[in-house]
Amino acid sequence: MWVSETDRELLAEIEGGLPLVRDPYAEIGRRIGLSEADVIDRLRALVDRGVIKRFGLVVRHRELGYLANAMVVWDVPDDLVQTIGQRAGTYPFVTLCYRRPRRLPRWPYNLFCMIHGRDRITVREQIARLNAETGLDDYDHAVLFSRRRFKQCGAQYGIRTAPEAA
Amino acid sequence: MDTVDRRIVNALQGGFPISECPYEDAARDLGLTQGELIERLKRLCADGVLSRFGPLYDAEQLGGAVTLAALSVPGERFEAVADLVNAHPEIAHNYARDHALNMWFVIATETPERIRQVIEDIEAETSLTVYNMPKINEFYIGLNLAV
Repeated sequence: MWVSETDRELLAEIEGGLPLVRDPYAEIGRRIGLSEADVIDRLRALVDRGVIKRFGLVVRHRELGYLANAMVVWDVPDDLVQTIGQRAGTYPFVTLCYRRPRRLPRWPYNLFCMIHGRDRITVREQIARLNAETGLDDYDHAVLFSRRRFKQCGAQYGIRTAPEAA
Repeated sequence: MDTVDRRIVNALQGGFPISECPYEDAARDLGLTQGELIERLKRLCADGVLSRFGPLYDAEQLGGAVTLAALSVPGERFEAVADLVNAHPEIAHNYARDHALNMWFVIATETPERIRQVIEDIEAETSLTVYNMPKINEFYIGLNLAV
């Protein structure tokens, strides 16, 4: 989908964060030569089109006490993965849920969920609940806790996305 | 963080108004004044609780590309391989995880073609196979957590 130069300029201007002033969209408009109404219309359209996936606070998990995260993966039959993936995505502790390709023979899993919790015990309880309630218990799965984070920052390529949300 | 901070974070993770006076609109829903809300958001940003306050973009719609990739790194080489991988500016983050595939990283590039080049470079530098697992379907992206 095509995104105009003006829209790209607008996205670049707000990517670092919205100004904490009474009229932040007017302030953004002043910086790049657009009216407040134009900024608001463009942002609403970008949200509607899905170019902006989310517009709100982005929290740091660890600072909020979410010290454990696991990538949980399942080998779900291809004809069921859509239904089960959508169901898994409704659980509040599932922060991301994707279908990805298997890499056989090394990697047989095609459904990926990121699960955050205050500690590993909590995360394990959440995984058990997810398995029991969604029917995922029927399929081979693996739990990959993170041991260490080496690098976390937006990749530098002009416009930042959610790095977690590859 | 007090209970008001928690209410703010829980409410505004889901979305923020796009309107002429968005802080005023959000504050009203939370039973706060605009000034109180702005002051608290400034403090939460300064304290590092919020990484930022704004949009998450869809890289693909903007012409870019993102993928998740993994390596199986022999234990004794782990640090050295992590340094080689992380030296690429296209690596957005990198986690050590408990599995035979023990290094997992996100590659984000300006163009889809560039992903393949980064993978080839990493394979040449490390003599390891990169397992590339780009998303096929996205069922949920929330990144929201109750606090």
